[in-house]
Amino acid sequence: MQEILLALSGGFLQAFEPLNLFMIFAGCLAGLFVGCMPGLGSVNGVAILLPVTFLVPPTAAIIFLAALYYGAMYGGAISSITLGIPGASTAVATVFDGRPMAQQGKADKALMAAAIASFIGGTVSIILFTLFAPPLAAFALKFGPQEEFALMVLAFATFIGLGGDDIPKTIFSILLGLVMAAIGFDIISGQPRMIFFDMVELQRGIGFLVLAIGIYGIGEMLWTLESTKGQVQMHKVKVTWERMLAYLRDMMADIHSPWVGSFLGFFVGTLPAAGATPAALMSYGLSKTFSKDPDSFGKGNVAGVAAPEAANNAASTGSMLPMITLGIPGSPTTAILLGGMIIWGLRPGPLLFTENPDFVWGLIGSMYVANAVTVLLNIAMIPIFIRVLAMPFTLLTPIIFVLCVLGVFATTDRMFDTWVMLLLGVGGYLLRKLNYPVAPAVLAIVLGPLAERSLRQSLISSQGDVTTFITRPISLTCILIALALISYPFIQRTIRKRKEKSVT
Amino acid sequence: MGFATLALSLGLMWNVWSDGLRIGWVEGRGPGAGMWPFWLSLGMAGASVATIIRWFQRKTAESRSTEPYIAPETLFLVGVSAVSLLVLLILMNVIGTYLSLMVFMLFYVRVIGKHGWAMTSAMVVGTPVFVYLLFEVALTKYLPKGLPIFEEGFLWIDNFRWQYF
Repeated sequence: MQEILLALSGGFLQAFEPLNLFMIFAGCLAGLFVGCMPGLGSVNGVAILLPVTFLVPPTAAIIFLAALYYGAMYGGAISSITLGIPGASTAVATVFDGRPMAQQGKADKALMAAAIASFIGGTVSIILFTLFAPPLAAFALKFGPQEEFALMVLAFATFIGLGGDDIPKTIFSILLGLVMAAIGFDIISGQPRMIFFDMVELQRGIGFLVLAIGIYGIGEMLWTLESTKGQVQMHKVKVTWERMLAYLRDMMADIHSPWVGSFLGFFVGTLPAAGATPAALMSYGLSKTFSKDPDSFGKGNVAGVAAPEAANNAASTGSMLPMITLGIPGSPTTAILLGGMIIWGLRPGPLLFTENPDFVWGLIGSMYVANAVTVLLNIAMIPIFIRVLAMPFTLLTPIIFVLCVLGVFATTDRMFDTWVMLLLGVGGYLLRKLNYPVAPAVLAIVLGPLAERSLRQSLISSQGDVTTFITRPISLTCILIALALISYPFIQRTIRKRKEKSVT
Repeated sequence: MGFATLALSLGLMWNVWSDGLRIGWVEGRGPGAGMWPFWLSLGMAGASVATIIRWFQRKTAESRSTEPYIAPETLFLVGVSAVSLLVLLILMNVIGTYLSLMVFMLFYVRVIGKHGWAMTSAMVVGTPVFVYLLFEVALTKYLPKGLPIFEEGFLWIDNFRWQYF
């Protein structure tokens, strides 16, 4: 405990260095912006802006991106409430009660509740993060390649078991990502693999950033263009300080839903497939079930805004836990952060705590600061962001396209990659129209090389004996949980069928 | 219903196309380097086949949907955006990043967005300046300048920058 506090205070000192503090402010602002623009979420912001962070040292870069992740969770509520369109998928549940509140002219109260709840969610989850991360990392140091591989199988199994998408399509998406990661030179034998049409450029493989920007930059913008048709409609919001303060006092007195949401969000957030969106929905459902007045939900209950907002913020911190300690991202956004860490020359995984303590604790310290900064910025800038929301999409779209193209070029210095990005973006858009989940593919392309290496290392060390995965206790546990997760949807379906039979 | 069959054929095309790829990967790969991608792609084939079967069984939501795969007006907006990006990428190799960015902005803001000339000119001038400052000055990346004749023209700006800043 003492060590944690000591390390944490070091982290705080780092977070207050001028550059890092500036990064926190910049990240929060950028996050609020991408969060509140419909169609752009934390993933898109992190993917598009990652190349820009090569300007600064890794610690400042991850502080910026983590703050952006945070800010986006706050920002999502702004458009959910004022536009009735979730600013990011994570803020879907906020619309349920935020929209009716705005229609009743209480948009400022809803915005305030969202900000306060987000702050509670963020704070609770960072404290949990600080407590859980060091022991988990210490435990993970015992992992060999077998355990690493089993853990990755587990990560992918969560998509199949809990993702809620069509199962064959989810599997397809995971495998597609893994295969794309394998393009280029084989890491063990050095043979070139899958060089289509003998294109020399493919020997370097497809970078994860190319896929991430393609899907989350280009594909997502095309998707948004389609779903909004460039048109949005907005509610008027009156904001005055006196009313804000009055609401604040009200809120502190009688809302409990954010606390439940915070704990729930944190733990759901650590699961790779779950993340902030389901956490927010679950938290909304829970607070509705346990509310004294469940009928008022959906008609403008403040608790219905507070619960999901607390959960999605908590989940964003939660998803960083496996990323920092195990090297397995807890969400698409952290998958991109993880890829970024590899580009910055860091090795994600349990060793990060011992090899780069400055980086880890700087990040954790900055999360505390960023949380406080974002809540202040959020409340102070609500009027400005409402203006920003009126910005037409035909201005934002070309800017984002330009950032995508040049961002990819700046990371790899090859025009070829920008072509691949456009291709993947359009492909991702078409797949998404057919309800193929794209997040597993992004996770898979980041984890692909690691998964293949750990699989082959374990097979080489066991001389081709597959039982090596089930004779080691930790990897056996992971594989058993993974199997349970994969079979979960099937069991669920059989139970439902039996019930239907017994009814008829 | 016509649209539903369109969606069906597109879905099938996608699947068949990806199946076709897989056949190529199997041959000539030893169990060593090819093992990982081969088994993965086999799994992909399996997942695609499962999707096709579920399609015919009408189990997936898309197979029951009667909505058009892409509505005509969406096709226009999305298609124009995608094509304009393609043109941007082609132009970057010919007339260089900055000029093509200006053309792209002019087209997108003025023609698609139908914004006024003030906004258009601000975007057309502002974007290249911002890009130059961010990528060339701050990140020291040499962005593509296109054919030599355009590249030489750009050297004037670089000379100016190195001389005075």
